Amino acid sequence: MKRRTVTALAAGLGLAASLMGTSALAQDKMRIALVVKALGIGFFEAAARGAEEAAKELGNVEIIYTGPTDTTAEGQIEVINALIAQGVDAIAVSANDPDALVPALKRAMDRGITVISWDSGVAPEGRQMHLNPSSNELIGNMIIKLAADHLPEGGQVAVLSASATATNQNTWIAEMNKVLPNYPGIEVVATVYGDDLADKSYREAQGLIQSYPELDAIIAPTSVGIVAAAQAVADAGKIGQINVTGLGLPSEMAGAIESGASKSFAIWNPIDLGYSATMIAHALASGQAKAEPGAVIPIGRMGSITLDETNTAAMADPFVYDASNIDEFKSIF
Amino acid sequence: MSLAERHIPDRLHPPLRRALLRWESLLLLVAAAIFAANAMASPYFLNAWNLSDATFNFTEKAMVAFAMALLIIAGEIDLSVAAIIALASTAMGAAAQAGVGTPGLVAIGLAVGLACGAFNGLLVTRLGLPSIVVTIGTMSLFRGISYIVLGDQAYGGYPAGFAFFGQGYVFWVISFELALFAVLALAFGVLLHATTFGRAVYAIGNNATGALFAGIRVARVKFVLFLLTGLMSGVAAVCLTSRLGSTRPSIAVGWELEIVTMVVLGGVSILGGSGTIPGVVIAAFVMGLVTFGLGLLNVPGIVMSIVIGALLIAVIALPRLWAMRRRA
Repeated sequence: MKRRTVTALAAGLGLAASLMGTSALAQDKMRIALVVKALGIGFFEAAARGAEEAAKELGNVEIIYTGPTDTTAEGQIEVINALIAQGVDAIAVSANDPDALVPALKRAMDRGITVISWDSGVAPEGRQMHLNPSSNELIGNMIIKLAADHLPEGGQVAVLSASATATNQNTWIAEMNKVLPNYPGIEVVATVYGDDLADKSYREAQGLIQSYPELDAIIAPTSVGIVAAAQAVADAGKIGQINVTGLGLPSEMAGAIESGASKSFAIWNPIDLGYSATMIAHALASGQAKAEPGAVIPIGRMGSITLDETNTAAMADPFVYDASNIDEFKSIF
Repeated sequence: MSLAERHIPDRLHPPLRRALLRWESLLLLVAAAIFAANAMASPYFLNAWNLSDATFNFTEKAMVAFAMALLIIAGEIDLSVAAIIALASTAMGAAAQAGVGTPGLVAIGLAVGLACGAFNGLLVTRLGLPSIVVTIGTMSLFRGISYIVLGDQAYGGYPAGFAFFGQGYVFWVISFELALFAVLALAFGVLLHATTFGRAVYAIGNNATGALFAGIRVARVKFVLFLLTGLMSGVAAVCLTSRLGSTRPSIAVGWELEIVTMVVLGGVSILGGSGTIPGVVIAAFVMGLVTFGLGLLNVPGIVMSIVIGALLIAVIALPRLWAMRRRA
């Protein structure tokens, strides 16, 4: 008897609570939460700006930009629990740990919340889809294109990579070599390794400058190498003769762009990333698109993405930074 | 057994006792106020499942806080608790990779906790080193080992049954962690308030030399307290690892200060000698409610830390200000 009363009471409480929940959910604005690794990081603040831009374009969308104070999985779980409790419509997360967030995100999906990951992914069972900023193919093509765009007559280029065993860089260079025939007249004369150490990268770049007097460009698909190479070119007085390009961070490359040692370089654009994540979350939460292999989801001004067999998609080509936009981005990341 | 018959008062003056009673009632009042404020501020607060989710914000920390309360009452402190959690979790992760089953993993987590506690306890009681210095050292030592083992990698692949400790429910919305929290609160309450061991803890905190002359084995009691704190860190490591399903060396980073905050907010004197387990229980709820309530309003974490800090100072300063005003 007693137990039955307790159960009835509990059920009553639950009913009251769920009634309160529905009345609160009866608002028509779609709420999309952008959960980042930690607050106060320039890259993610920029992503939040992109999310706001998407919200404005979509109309009737409220962005909840949130995250823990330090980059821990526990902190993100607390944030996600609070978002589940609020019954947000979608959660787009850049994860501190691909596995630890899975139970919390599964619970979110059980309660009808759309869950996607972006930038730093979650294991497949904890999200509906994952948005990568770019893909290996796109990056490989971009780094050679950056060099070739300034060499209409063709010329010699050399690659300054991280370590010889760095998986990312090796994949990108392999992809670059695949598309090399599309750029006639461009010859890759050497690949050297600076091990992502500033001084070693600098010496390797110096070596390239001395060994290949006809060298036209150095491609460094690493943020450490590109800065060191630009410095070596400037110190050798070869600005205007050798163009340094590759993947780098705007804050670190602003000087090289200003001096002319680098005409342009590329890296993902956090604003576009936040914008696209919001667009995808909106499309999935509103039922306009479904997260399944092969699905094509429109992402506003960024075009569209196609999901592969693991429900992962690449956003776009890496974004190109040059003298026209470096001032805007150098303070962001 | 002259120890059992000797009456050692918790507090020397009855008025002080009344003041301490006021402390818990004040804290309870604060908890009620926060609960009401949360319910008014957010329509999502009064929901059984949401409140159940919210308890995960504090259950693991509170388990360690109970043992820490005893340690602080006895005039010592252990700042390595979060690092012990990291090391215990790393050990469990390595064992899980080697194919150890759920009971084995729990045993390993608890054993590592005990071993770390014993190490701290030996350094403090045998070598007579100040516990704050020892545990600042072991804090770096224990977490350092985790970093050496794991680097930027993570251990995953825990057996399915292991998930129960951090994700399972005993009855309806009562999670295993919440149930364990209640059982441990009761156990530590009895240990501190109804046993000779508890009396000895108060006596040591009030006057260690006096306690020694009164026949209390001070070093032994302190050693047991370090063991208990290590063990509870091991228990928290089991729960947290089970809840996360993965281990990184940065697991539970910064928890030692949150745990000490919980203890002090609960009315335990940081100088030792006074404090109660019910106070710590209420403080755990206060901290959990504040972080969850602010989370529902999407208040950034850094603002939450400020609120917790302000709350701590306010709750500690208020009774003192009250007393000063009365005297004036």
